[in-house]
Amino acid sequence: MNDLLELTKQLIEITIVICVIGISISLLLLLYRALVGPSNADRAVALDGIGINLMGLAALLAIIIVTTKLNDVILLIGILLFLGTIAIAKFLEKGVIIDRNMD
Amino acid sequence: MYKPNDLILRTTTSLIAFILLGFAIYLLLAGHNSPGGGFVGGLMTASAFVLMYMSYGIETVKKILPINFRTLIPIGLLIAVVTGVGSFAFNEPFLSHTFGYFTFPLFGEIELATAMLFDIGVYVTVLGVTMTIILTIANDQ
Repeated sequence: MNDLLELTKQLIEITIVICVIGISISLLLLLYRALVGPSNADRAVALDGIGINLMGLAALLAIIIVTTKLNDVILLIGILLFLGTIAIAKFLEKGVIIDRNMD
Repeated sequence: MYKPNDLILRTTTSLIAFILLGFAIYLLLAGHNSPGGGFVGGLMTASAFVLMYMSYGIETVKKILPINFRTLIPIGLLIAVVTGVGSFAFNEPFLSHTFGYFTFPLFGEIELATAMLFDIGVYVTVLGVTMTIILTIANDQ
């Protein structure tokens, strides 16, 4: 029984290291896209992807330091990401973010 | 000027704004034992309102939410000060808090602390300040 627990712990540690490395590579590629991307819409989509990768990184961090207190943070990152992306999209589309009358 | 079609944005907003408001209330009530509290709860409520303002425009939301957010700031500060001053009535120092156990019909026994009232004051103040800043900037003619 103890051997099985040790094996599971090692498996989880190896998996977390692989996942962190993968997310780091993805973040670097997205950062390249956000810096170089030819149009502003490319940068907006790259920032959206960076935020989603940060959600995954926060979830992995919650597994590394064994805690459940980070779950609110993950949800918060997702909500703020959604709001920010909508604001950028409205600015690119219309030039105003909160308009006076939509009729 | 062409008329934009915002059907998808408006439908998602009417669903997500309720989730955001529920999450804000959860953060406000859970602040005693877990992460959260008045500040984050106020910011989440403000972000739900900002989402509604972004997808429906100022004039429409003013009909739905007939609140002048500037008046929320003194109300919240007043709540916070009154919870501090209220401890004088029991011969205790300023801002001393207490708690007690109460039994409710649906929830069972709950621990209620007077720090919750102070947190509600912080919540109202943060909501008023954030919405005042955002709407003042957005209101240029």
